[in-house]
Amino acid sequence: MNRRDLLKFGGAVSGLGSVGLAGCAMTSVGAPDSARVLVVGGGYGGATAAKYVRMLSEYKIDVVLVEPESAFVSCPISNLVLAGGRSLSDITRPYDTLRSMHGVRVVRDTVAGIDPVKRVAVLASGGSVRYDKLVLSPGVEMMWDGVAGLREANEQGRILQAWKAGPETVALRRQLEAMPDGGTFAITIPVAPYRCPPGPYERATVIAGYFKTAKPKSKVLILDANEDVTSKPALFKKVWAESYKGMVEYRPQHRATAVDAATRTVKFEIQDDVRADVLNVLPPMRAGAIAVQTGLATSNARWCNVNYLNFESTVAAHIHVIGDSIQIAPAMPKSAHMASSHAKVAAAAIVAELNGWEVNPQPMLSNTCYSFVDDQRVIHVASVHEYVAAEKTFKTVPGSGGVSAAPNELEGALAMSWARSIWADALA
Amino acid sequence: MKFARPALSRDLLVLTAALLASGPVLAQDVAALRARSLAATCAQCHGTDGRAPPGSAMATLANMPAAYMTEQMKAFKSGTRPGTVMQQIAKGYSDAQIAQLAAYFAQPSVGSQP
Repeated sequence: MNRRDLLKFGGAVSGLGSVGLAGCAMTSVGAPDSARVLVVGGGYGGATAAKYVRMLSEYKIDVVLVEPESAFVSCPISNLVLAGGRSLSDITRPYDTLRSMHGVRVVRDTVAGIDPVKRVAVLASGGSVRYDKLVLSPGVEMMWDGVAGLREANEQGRILQAWKAGPETVALRRQLEAMPDGGTFAITIPVAPYRCPPGPYERATVIAGYFKTAKPKSKVLILDANEDVTSKPALFKKVWAESYKGMVEYRPQHRATAVDAATRTVKFEIQDDVRADVLNVLPPMRAGAIAVQTGLATSNARWCNVNYLNFESTVAAHIHVIGDSIQIAPAMPKSAHMASSHAKVAAAAIVAELNGWEVNPQPMLSNTCYSFVDDQRVIHVASVHEYVAAEKTFKTVPGSGGVSAAPNELEGALAMSWARSIWADALA
Repeated sequence: MKFARPALSRDLLVLTAALLASGPVLAQDVAALRARSLAATCAQCHGTDGRAPPGSAMATLANMPAAYMTEQMKAFKSGTRPGTVMQQIAKGYSDAQIAQLAAYFAQPSVGSQP
C-alpha cells in the first residue's frame, strides 16, 4: 500500500472510523470522548493490550482490535498437540469475550497499511480506522527465503513450520502419526533470536515422548544453527540423556540453507545433508510484515526498536510495538508471557499519556516459560525485569529468576494452570 | 452496559469524577494506575487482579490479607518457604513493591468481579 492508495480512502474517517461503542455508558467520563486506541494483532500481546487499555482507563478509552483469525490459538501448549496429548480445540479460545466483557470492538480483518503521520490504518477490506495511539503486535513473519526451496515445500504442505499454532499444528501431527516406527523426525532451529527460545527443544522432547510409547524404534534429530541449546540447556540435555537415550540426538552448528521436499532432505551451510521421514524446518524470523512495511523494523531490517519505557517505536510517534516484533532488551525472551508483560506496560503508558499524566518511570516485566519434557513433567525458566533509567533499557533484577531443579509433575500442573490464567488474562 | 463492570471501576469512577469536578487530576489517579500496573505483573499466572480461574493450581491473590501476603512473599524471597517458581520471582520485587502489591490485592473491591 503506497501513499497514493491510502489517500484514495479520502481522509481519516470512513467505515469503522465513525462507529462508536453504543452501550458503553462510561465513555463520557474523564478522558476525551474521541480517544481511540487501535490494536493490530490479537495474539498474546495484542489481546492483552486491548483488554488492559480498556481496564486501566476505567473503560473510558475506545479500543478497536483488528485480527484476521476467527479465534485465538495458543502457541504455548501447542507442542502437546503434536505429541498427541491435547487437541487444537484445547488451545483455542474465542475473541468474543473481549467484546462482551470489556467492550473491545473486535474486527476480523487485516491492516494493509498504516499512515503514521495522519494516524490512520487502512484495512484489507477497504475501510480505515483513525487512531490516537496504535498498538502493533503482529508477531513474527517467517523469512522463507532464508532457506532455499522452503516456501514451495511449505505451500505444498510437505515441510511444515507449525510455529504459528493452527492448521499446520494438526498437519504436522498427522505426519508424525503416519510415520512408520523406525523413522526419523528432524527439526531445524534458526540462529537466535527467534520466537520462543525453548520451544524447539520442548517440541523435540515431547515428540520423543510420543515415540517412546508409540514408535520406540524411531529417532528425533535436533539440528541447531546455534552453538548450543539456547534455553535451559543443562535441563534439556539431562532429559535427553536420561529419558530418551539413543532416541534424541542433538547437533549444534547446523544452519539450514536449503531443502529438497521430494527427498525430504535439508542442506546445511557446512555440515552434511540430513534426510528425515518428517521434517520440521524453522526458518529465520523477523517482525510481522506490517511492521516491516511501515518502516519500523530498524534493527537489521528485522526487529523494531522501541523506547522501553512505553514501547513506542523509535521512528514513529504514537505507534507502540510489543511482543515478538521488537528488538529485545538484554535477557528478554520472545515469549508469550513477555508479550503479555510488554502489553501491560504499553497499555498503562498509553492510558497515562492520553490522560496527560507522567508515564510510570519504573515499569516492571515478569516472565515464566514452562516446557514439557513428556506428557506430565515440566521444567521452567523465570525472570523479573526492571526498567533501568540510566541505560534506558530493561534488565533482570539482580538475584531474581532461575530454572527448575529437575523435571517434575507439580510444574506440569502449574503449566496448565498458567495457560488457563494467561488466556483469561488476555481475553476474558 | 453490555460488558461486566470491572473491579474498582465504581469507586474509581466516583473518585475520578470528583477529582475532575474539583480541578486538575490529582496524584491519586496516577498512583492507582501504577499500583494496578505493578499488580498486573502477577496476573499472567494468578489471574487478572489476582482472581485465579476456578480449579487453578495458582493461589488466588484477590482479597488476600496484606500482612499474610507480605509475610509469604518475604518467605519466598528469603527461601524459608519452599517453591518452584515463586522463590525466583519474589527476589525480583523490593520490600516496598511487596508492600504495594499486598495493599493492592487486599482491597475488597479487587475480588468483586466473578
